[in-house]
Amino acid sequence: MPSLKEVKLKIVGVKKTAQITKAMNMVAAAKLRGAQEKMEAFRPYAAKFAETMQAVSSGMTSQFPLMEQRAAQKVELVVFTSDRGLCGSFNSNILKRVAQVAKECAAAGQQVSYVCVGKKAEQALKKTGAVRTAYSGIMGHFSMYDARDIAQDVANHFLSGAVDRVELIYSRFQSIVQQTPTVAPLLPIQPIEDAPKVSGEYLCEPSAEAVVETLQPLYLNVQVYHAMLEVSTCENAARMSAMDNATSACKDIVNNLTILYNKARQAAVTNELMDIVGGAEALR
Amino acid sequence: MGQRIQLEVVTPAGAIVNSDVDIVNAPGQGGDFGIMANHEPFLSTLKTGIMVYEIDNKRTPLMITGGFCEVSGGKVTFLLENAEFGSDIDVERAMRAKERAERRLAQAAQHDETVNKFRAESALQRALARIRTVGM
Repeated sequence: MPSLKEVKLKIVGVKKTAQITKAMNMVAAAKLRGAQEKMEAFRPYAAKFAETMQAVSSGMTSQFPLMEQRAAQKVELVVFTSDRGLCGSFNSNILKRVAQVAKECAAAGQQVSYVCVGKKAEQALKKTGAVRTAYSGIMGHFSMYDARDIAQDVANHFLSGAVDRVELIYSRFQSIVQQTPTVAPLLPIQPIEDAPKVSGEYLCEPSAEAVVETLQPLYLNVQVYHAMLEVSTCENAARMSAMDNATSACKDIVNNLTILYNKARQAAVTNELMDIVGGAEALR
Repeated sequence: MGQRIQLEVVTPAGAIVNSDVDIVNAPGQGGDFGIMANHEPFLSTLKTGIMVYEIDNKRTPLMITGGFCEVSGGKVTFLLENAEFGSDIDVERAMRAKERAERRLAQAAQHDETVNKFRAESALQRALARIRTVGM
């Protein structure tokens, strides 16, 4: 049986850990609310954008460089994870999905390269030696500008012919307890099929083609930004539940240790009594 | 008072303007344009610059970057990556950005490969637009 002091110290230690996990849980909850608000604010923009994009490109037959379909020999995966850990299996779920996709590509004889967004992606994928660029340390506080940097970089790479297909891998926020790793195609931009014909043709300036050509890179920004928003929401949700679990695990441990402590104390008392009784017995 | 048109300015951070205006002027990629009530369906991409809307002769300037403008069904919508009111702009920061961008461009003019000329130019555009917005 461990000594009384040992058990006592252990209880104090575990209680402190519980305090920290509890605090992290609350911080994650607050950040989750912030992330959800950001997503909510972004929704009208994204919806309007998709609507207009459909409206202008419906019935347009001309080819755009960003839509060029090529036989996929080189595939680029843009992987979104969080910068920080302590969020349960959130990052490893995404990375598992990445490994799966990479395996499929390899089986199809395609060469894979990575663009990592978030420190955890970079750390995990560095050893593959196929990381082209990494954006670390931006997931905590990112804006449309960051999304634009990433989207532009990827688009230029695609246009230069260095890659034939680009896919985004991120986590989609379903609910606080459910986040699903998702693979979404980014480039080439998929032609919009059977779009509803918009009543009243637009007068486009400078021309319909020019408008679409300007909109397409912006469309990429929207998609990248959306992925970043989803990931930051998921990250905080995952951290919240991970820290909640940790806190309740700490409570369980404290309970068990307290029982152990009480038993140890009782054993000490019994021993002392036996000594006294034994001493008295010997004197008689 | 003439007819008005509903103006909506939407950015990724949410809708920042939603009101009925007399006229709105904006820098289109194919030249500046103005929109009033009963404009026909119209779509134009925008340059970095300043859009101005007017309600009862009160002009409000907005510094804008990257986006487009759409007119349909008696409503004009601006979809922008970024839009700022004059009161939200930090002039000193814009001045510093302007100087930095000018320095970069000067470097680029001397064939300094480390400078991304395109980025420096758009940074300069943004800084200038910010400074002008505040001065309006």
